[in-house]
Amino acid sequence: MPEALQAAGHPAVLAHQFDDVEQQRQATTLGMWVFLATEILFFGGLFAAYLVYRTWYPEAFIAASRQLIVWAGTTNTAVLITSSLTMALAVNAAQTGKRRALLSFLLMTMALGCVFLGIKAFEYYAEFLEHHIPGPNFQFDGSEFRHAQLFFSLYFVMTGLHALHMIVGLGVMSVMAWWVHRGVITDAYYGPIEISGLYWHFVDIVWIFLFPLLYLLGRHVHG
Amino acid sequence: MADHAASKRSYFAIYAVLMVCTYLTWQVAYFDLGPLNTVAALTIAVFKAALVILFFMHVRETRLAWVVVAGGVFWLGILLALTMGDFLTRGWMTRG
Repeated sequence: MPEALQAAGHPAVLAHQFDDVEQQRQATTLGMWVFLATEILFFGGLFAAYLVYRTWYPEAFIAASRQLIVWAGTTNTAVLITSSLTMALAVNAAQTGKRRALLSFLLMTMALGCVFLGIKAFEYYAEFLEHHIPGPNFQFDGSEFRHAQLFFSLYFVMTGLHALHMIVGLGVMSVMAWWVHRGVITDAYYGPIEISGLYWHFVDIVWIFLFPLLYLLGRHVHG
Repeated sequence: MADHAASKRSYFAIYAVLMVCTYLTWQVAYFDLGPLNTVAALTIAVFKAALVILFFMHVRETRLAWVVVAGGVFWLGILLALTMGDFLTRGWMTRG
């Protein structure tokens, strides 16, 4: 397969409907953005639910939010932003034809993604021990028992869906790393790296909003 | 090659700004600013998201993507505005 891809003239990576690789690149980028627009609205529904319940039960949301591990959320924000930097550098390496750098940046991005999921798993475990998982065993000190459970339901669905996107992203990056290793990705064909990068950055952006809305809400109460 | 090297430098600059903003949003949350706490948190989040979209996702250079990004954000605005338009005005009926 790699030999066929490097053949001059009509590269095997070019689909029939496109005039050239550049046109194909622009079309795939636009297609990815259309997908991301649907993702904005996919998460948007959850943000709308959050907004409604937070408006109705502000005290419960403040009390419940204060139970989250703020250092873990902050660290994870930094980890994800760093992974976005390594992803941007990976795309840059792909565009400039630096294969070895591209592979290392992809692996660094994946490693940071794993660190994020590890910290998230630790948080979920701590919340499990505290009986903060909604359901028959849910426990919450204070008068806001029922509505605090609502906050935690939203917290687990929103961060869980985000974590699912991270796992999908890690799968995508594994395929990309494999393709770079196999020589499918060349300095003439790196569209898949750019598109995977767009997805990775989008997942980072979702977290940029989740972090203040879930972890930082109500930190100002009692200092 | 020169412009690629320049964009690489700009990635590190954007990264530094994003990290400073993360630190800011975390610290500001501990001050009691009343309703401004939420305003500050969301302003910083929107600013960070804009940096990622414009620079890391290259929307600054991709004209066509502007339309789709704007469309996505606009529809999100409709979703949030109409939902809250309902929930925030429910009390008006019973009072009147």
